Amino acid sequence: MKKIMLSALIFLLSSLLFAQSEKFTAAMKKNLAELDSSFKNPPNLLTVANNFERIAAAEKTQWLPYYYAAFCQVNYGFIQQDKAKTDGYANKANELIAKADSLSPNNSEISCIKSMIASCHMMVDPATRWMEYGKESSSNLDAAIAQDATNPRPYYLKGQGLRYTPEQFGGGCKTAKIELQTALDKYTGFKPAGELHPNWGKEQVEKLLKDCQ
Amino acid sequence: MKQLIIIALLLAIVKLNAQVSVSGRITDNKNKSISGVSITLKNSYDGATSDSAGAFSFLTTEKGAQQLEASFTGYNPILQTINIGSEPVIANISLKEQITELKAVVISAGSFEASDKNKGAVLNSIDIVTTPSANADITSAFKSLPGTQQVGESEGLFVRGGTATESKIYMDGNLVNNFFYSSTPGIATRGRFNPFLFKGTVFSTGGYSALYGQALSSALILESNDLPERTEADFGVSVVGLGGGIQHLSKDKKSSWGVSYNYANLWLAFNVIKQKQDYYQIPVAHQTDANFRIKTKKGGFIKYYGYLSTNKVGFRNPDIDSVVLKNAFAIQNLNTYQNINWKDQLGKGWRINTGLSFSTNKDDITNEMQDAGNQKLTITSPAFYSFKNFSLLNIARYAQARFVLEKKIKGLTAVRFGSDYFYSNEKSTYTLFDGTKYDEKVTDKLFAGFAETDIYVTNSLAAKIGTRLEHSAIIKKWNIAPRISLAYKLADKSQASFAYGIFYQNPERRLLPGAAGIDYSKATHYIFQYIRQTKDFTLRAELFYKKYDDLYKTGPGNNGRDLAANNNGYGKAKGIEFFWRDKKTIKNVDYWFSYSYLDTKRDFLNYPSAIQPSFAASHTAAFVFKRFVLPWKTGFNFSYNFATGRPYYNIAYDNVQGKYTIADQGKTINYNSMSFSINYLPNLGKTTAKTFAVWVLGINNVLGQKQVYSYNYSNSGRKEAVTPPSKRFVFIGCFLSFGIDRTQNAINNNL
Repeated sequence: MKKIMLSALIFLLSSLLFAQSEKFTAAMKKNLAELDSSFKNPPNLLTVANNFERIAAAEKTQWLPYYYAAFCQVNYGFIQQDKAKTDGYANKANELIAKADSLSPNNSEISCIKSMIASCHMMVDPATRWMEYGKESSSNLDAAIAQDATNPRPYYLKGQGLRYTPEQFGGGCKTAKIELQTALDKYTGFKPAGELHPNWGKEQVEKLLKDCQ
Repeated sequence: MKQLIIIALLLAIVKLNAQVSVSGRITDNKNKSISGVSITLKNSYDGATSDSAGAFSFLTTEKGAQQLEASFTGYNPILQTINIGSEPVIANISLKEQITELKAVVISAGSFEASDKNKGAVLNSIDIVTTPSANADITSAFKSLPGTQQVGESEGLFVRGGTATESKIYMDGNLVNNFFYSSTPGIATRGRFNPFLFKGTVFSTGGYSALYGQALSSALILESNDLPERTEADFGVSVVGLGGGIQHLSKDKKSSWGVSYNYANLWLAFNVIKQKQDYYQIPVAHQTDANFRIKTKKGGFIKYYGYLSTNKVGFRNPDIDSVVLKNAFAIQNLNTYQNINWKDQLGKGWRINTGLSFSTNKDDITNEMQDAGNQKLTITSPAFYSFKNFSLLNIARYAQARFVLEKKIKGLTAVRFGSDYFYSNEKSTYTLFDGTKYDEKVTDKLFAGFAETDIYVTNSLAAKIGTRLEHSAIIKKWNIAPRISLAYKLADKSQASFAYGIFYQNPERRLLPGAAGIDYSKATHYIFQYIRQTKDFTLRAELFYKKYDDLYKTGPGNNGRDLAANNNGYGKAKGIEFFWRDKKTIKNVDYWFSYSYLDTKRDFLNYPSAIQPSFAASHTAAFVFKRFVLPWKTGFNFSYNFATGRPYYNIAYDNVQGKYTIADQGKTINYNSMSFSINYLPNLGKTTAKTFAVWVLGINNVLGQKQVYSYNYSNSGRKEAVTPPSKRFVFIGCFLSFGIDRTQNAINNNL
């Protein structure tokens, strides 16, 4: 009995000690699962974004929760329909990704989010914002490729952008397919750095390629 | 015993992990629920997001005094200390909205903005060049907006019953004195400046800010470009001339310089399109400009713009007083304009905007009578003929120094103040047919001081309150001009505004030197505005009342010229204006419609009483329609301008009564003009193209509708219609840019 009690105490104490990193991993996993399901219920993206932001604020040194919080915000910015509010979500995402950037500079994944944020700003009024944000979006993708040539996501984002650019302006399926195919090839060989690290986009690439058949 | 301790410890740890619920509701200061607010227990993972009813709830294992933070974009975050024991905690939090540019009302009564960035802009910069009736002339584009008159016989903006001289034009805060090419009788001249020089334009049809003055009706405020996107060269050729330039961006993208040269010659155009006037000197102009722009460390700019142009024109018209004689008018002009401007952050919320400008203008005018063989003829009897042979040399120099200091108080609330100093020196020599010379010199030193504050009470309520103080050496008096604008947000996309202001102006140059003791002329504006604006639609309605006091009445001066005699003139103008723009209803089509109703009367100059002035039509409307057809890489633009007939008068001096009377009057036919333009961009989408070309075809008055601007009277009272120089004008041009891909520019303009 005594032994059991003692081991229970040791277990509890040690769990308190190790809890921090486990708690982080567990919380991240839980929210990543919730993030995946949120695309079916977009407003939940904001709740998940807030969850990640809380984890980020409490941890202070982890770039991933900031990264995912920004990812949620910018995706919601794309999905929600009120263009008057789009800039607000993009700005919020930008705030978050800037913090991730300061914790993990020259990160290809972070450059991808920066590109998405610029595209999100551009979407509000492509006609007048193309010059500024179109350039920012593509220069961030170039940076993402330079920072990690094995990362498939910049190619995916490039392909996606081209897919929705009018053919007259050099977009359309034909040009998009080249980038999307590169992305797909890179996804095959891609292994995320850890279980919490970014590993999204493959399904969307497959879907886009299917659309372009 | 030991066991007991262990059990106690175990219990303590378990107890430590016992979860307590924290819940509450998030509201704004009007007790309305806010959803999406992030509630965080500081330094923990615990928290929640408020739902659509503003409610939140979460469980936490934290204990004791903790900081609960509520934050949401657009609101000031709030930290609240809560004490977590064993009982559920209830924390209701009220958030205060931040005042941000994105959400706040725009103080907009009386003004139209053309900008690519600013909220509340009704046009973007490209609209100015793609409005076909405008012919890429900055001020003409504004004639498709309500409040302006379709005056074709002379240049300038005639706004809400005001004359063209009541509208002033500013570049980066500095007054531009000779914005238009020098006047020629019966033909409106163009603005001198290329519309691509400017990134933003504010056209105020009344109630403008205390930062500007000396304009009874309107201010057109132009803001020049910042750095170019990249180094580029361009070249253009058209039926009216050719030109080219270069803009060079430094490698570090912190500075740029540019030069350009344009040569205009209307020989070809006038040979193809018959002109009413008989040109013995085809209009020819050389124009060159240079600029540099430096971005400062704090994100400010130092900008220089310099301009030099020379042009000449000479034409004959049949003399109105005779059957065979002709009147020949010729002008040579030399104009320079230089403007240097520094705009920067000074730290601690202070900003400075300061500038210097210098300009010179020289007009060399000759007017003579000619016989059927185009030989000069001097007739001295009857006497009025003798005034038809003259020469006039005008030499003007202007300088301006200006500074504005601004301090941000909180949010968008700010105060600004500053000063302007204008110096003008205008000399003229008038030579009569017999060689008699009359020299004249008018100089003015005008000092102005101004202060203004923007007060944002909430995102829904804002005020701009300002005062301007002026002293002119000509008038030798001070004037004080208060200005107030209020804006109130009615709903998410709509707002109401009000503006009130007093505006003073000196006599225009041609009325000087005036009689001793003349005072400023004065206008008081009252403007109500309603605007509803979404991304795709703009609806704007404005109601105004303008009262004129102390307008200049004229009396006979030297050599037949009337000069300002007293301030006994007065007038009023009231009206209603509508503007509707729709970019969505018809796919790929962008159109706007404007309508103005104007009721105005004034007694000024030699008017015998208060009458509707000859430059004011009661109803004015414009319709602009643009469509870009992507597969054809071609943009089609169409505009239609309409105005009801304007009154015209033969105001003649009645020797019997000893005063001016209306000897004859009437109303012109309605004004109708349809214009059309096509832009073709053959390299659109070719990302590899080294050269980018834009082909332009523009036709004014496509239908050849008859237009009568006004009537001129002969000395004996016979009237003659003032009509456009030609029925139609056709413009064909090709503009190339090198070294860059302008495709982005084109997409930018047409997506």
